[in-house]
Amino acid sequence: MTKAVELSDMKVIVFQLMNKEYAIGLDAVESIEKSLSITRVPRMPSYVKGVLNLRGVVTPVVDLRERFDMEYKEFDETSCIIIVSHGDSEVGLIVDDANDVMDVPSSAIGPQPEVVGSVESEFISGVAKVGKRLLVMLNLEKVLQPIKKGNSDEF
Amino acid sequence: MDVNQYLDMFIEESKEHLQACSEQLLALENNPDDLAIVNEIFRAAHTLKGMSATMGYEDIADLTHKMENVLDAIRNSKISVSTEILDVVFEAVDDLELMVQDIEAGGDGKKDVSKLVETLNRIEAGQPLDLEAEPAATTEEAPLEVITSTGIHYDEFELTVISQSAEQGFNALEIIVTLREDCLLKVARVFMTFEILEKSGEVIKTVPTVEQLENEEFDQKFTIVLLTHEDAEELKSKVMKVSEIEDVQITLITDEYVQKYKQSILDESEAAPAAVEIPAASAAKTEKNQETSQSAPKAKKAAASNSNKTIRVNIDRLDILMNLFEELVIDRGRLQSIASELHNPELNESVERMTRVSGDLQNIILNMRMVPVETVFNRFPKMVRQLARDLNKKIDLEIIGAETELDRTVIDEIGDPLVHLIRNALDHGIESPEERIAKGKPEVGTVTLRAYHSGNHVFIELEDDGAGVNRERVVGKAIERGIVSEEAAESLTNKQVAELILASGFSTAASITDVSGRGVGLDVVKNTIESLGGHISIDSTEGKGSLFQVQLPLTLSIISVMLVELDKEIYAIPLSSIIETAIIQKSDILNAHNQPVIDFRGTIVPLVDLKEIFEMKNKSAEDEEFQSIVIVRKGDSLAGLVVDSFIGQQEIVLKSLGDYLQSVFAISGATILGNGQVALIVDCNALIK
Repeated sequence: MTKAVELSDMKVIVFQLMNKEYAIGLDAVESIEKSLSITRVPRMPSYVKGVLNLRGVVTPVVDLRERFDMEYKEFDETSCIIIVSHGDSEVGLIVDDANDVMDVPSSAIGPQPEVVGSVESEFISGVAKVGKRLLVMLNLEKVLQPIKKGNSDEF
Repeated sequence: MDVNQYLDMFIEESKEHLQACSEQLLALENNPDDLAIVNEIFRAAHTLKGMSATMGYEDIADLTHKMENVLDAIRNSKISVSTEILDVVFEAVDDLELMVQDIEAGGDGKKDVSKLVETLNRIEAGQPLDLEAEPAATTEEAPLEVITSTGIHYDEFELTVISQSAEQGFNALEIIVTLREDCLLKVARVFMTFEILEKSGEVIKTVPTVEQLENEEFDQKFTIVLLTHEDAEELKSKVMKVSEIEDVQITLITDEYVQKYKQSILDESEAAPAAVEIPAASAAKTEKNQETSQSAPKAKKAAASNSNKTIRVNIDRLDILMNLFEELVIDRGRLQSIASELHNPELNESVERMTRVSGDLQNIILNMRMVPVETVFNRFPKMVRQLARDLNKKIDLEIIGAETELDRTVIDEIGDPLVHLIRNALDHGIESPEERIAKGKPEVGTVTLRAYHSGNHVFIELEDDGAGVNRERVVGKAIERGIVSEEAAESLTNKQVAELILASGFSTAASITDVSGRGVGLDVVKNTIESLGGHISIDSTEGKGSLFQVQLPLTLSIISVMLVELDKEIYAIPLSSIIETAIIQKSDILNAHNQPVIDFRGTIVPLVDLKEIFEMKNKSAEDEEFQSIVIVRKGDSLAGLVVDSFIGQQEIVLKSLGDYLQSVFAISGATILGNGQVALIVDCNALIK
């Protein structure tokens, strides 16, 4: 039983950040939203853009570029917010573009390359090679560590 | 059987039955001779026993069974109600509560209750609990189970059912069905037999239990006890028609057995203890699961009287309903603004209608979340009784306004703080009976728990006629702990002194007692209440008593706020914290230790620049002639929040920021405005030191 699951493909959503392709498992994704008005939340790390009203639920929004210490970019017409489920609630991730759903055979997923130093490496669970495309698999657990008063390293 | 899907229901209902037990036990203590009360308790316990056995919680079923036996003995006047016996039964209820709580927390509901079971056995057997046991209770008690010639044990309850139905012309038949050895589908045959028998009468008991039968946990034979008008031979031939049944034996449970049982009550004083205990104990083992849903007409009647026309709704669903409704309200706002632009009379009319209907709907949804405060209050009588005994005090608890309704979310949170306040009142407030007599007060202290509505708030008050707050002791302690300075203490009013006991790090107990001194001060109570948007105050007169007043918002989900604007951002300040708003001249701002302050009607109030707190790019323009401020309070301290402008008062729906943003400084939540935007709610408590 478990073997069959392992061998089966994994559906992912592919999105872009700084012209690189990243992927999140489809089961974690609730929806993809185009620009919604975001209310700033004071005293938060800069990558927390604020909260938005997602059909009546107040949902925090994180800018993935800033989370990965990449160059800041204004929200433009291709930018979108991927709403992922996080524990009992949801969090929005701002990405440059999201336009693809694809199957990744589990055999194509390898461990992350042994390059240390970049901030994003700690947020990656692996790398998938599908045809000529290289997808960076996101580790949502790490990306979405709850922000508490105690997380002083974030400030 | 997969029981998980019933778990929530089981937990809820068990709690209800246990609560009923506690309430009725308290009533019984006051009216020891009222057998109707005993019957009520018995019914609740009996249902609980059946439910827990079905769910596979044997420990609960066992303990309830023992408790039931004791109640039964009381009901049949074999033993009389005494405080000692009630103590043990209360203890059993407590243990059962703990077990249910354990199950609720994901545990297996197991607990070592052997000692308690033993004590219950002793009571049931009428053995003395201690030296003071009443003479009536020392007489030996008769067996509760009667064994018929076919070897089936009946407990007293079942026998009562049998004898009562006999009076109505029913025959009680013991039907022993033997299946063929090569029977393949035993469960199917059992089922078919039941089908037939249930058409002819009422099955009140099976051996083994229905549960075991369903799981095929029996050999070739099973027994069904049926109450019926029908003829035994006829039934036999009907059952025999089921294939793969080898034999059916039907025995009438004659009056003889019932008489024998009745006789045993008369003979109780002569019965030998040993002979009694053994069958009872062995019967208990085989009987564990015997009560099932179809146990007896009597139980059914009880169930019928309990059912009123309500349904249990998961609070999550109400939350979803509320969220959906808010969406509707937001859209309503948009429609309203479109309609006002278009000036179309028909459109205006329908928008108006819609506004009215949705307003009514809002009231209904809010009302659905309201629960009488009774659900919290009703656990206190038992607690007070126990505490009074532990502390050797005499205390009357009076409850007023238990029907007052509060939002479910508030109800869930308010229990613990109230427990704390009551413990405090009993431990520190009410004096010992001797002291009270010496002071010329009635020996029995009175504690009044009161709830009532007033405006948009619910008040819960706890009043005692005890010693009150000792000013010197409290001030002394507060100075010692560095809570107030000696000079400041001088000028404090009595009310302020009393409220010092709510300060953190304060505990007046000279020695840590078991009751209130658990290392947790009343400051925890204060914090919880304030986190609910409430407020607590104390009035106390030394020697006369104290009054703790808790003020709570009617609901947590909808609050009144003042919307303010700060650099194009909109924030909401809860109206409950606001004293007033003011526009002040720049020249009115004074400086004290680098802290801007204003003189607000004789009080020096520090100013807090919200823009600075919320890290906004544009600082408040210092050169502006006028500044808008909102004066807020936390307890007795005040602060003036500097804002750009006021937008106005509004009812808003409180939303949490979610798990990801677990704590944001000075923000207590969020809300969605009419235009769909999110506005943050300012937590004034965090802004005032």
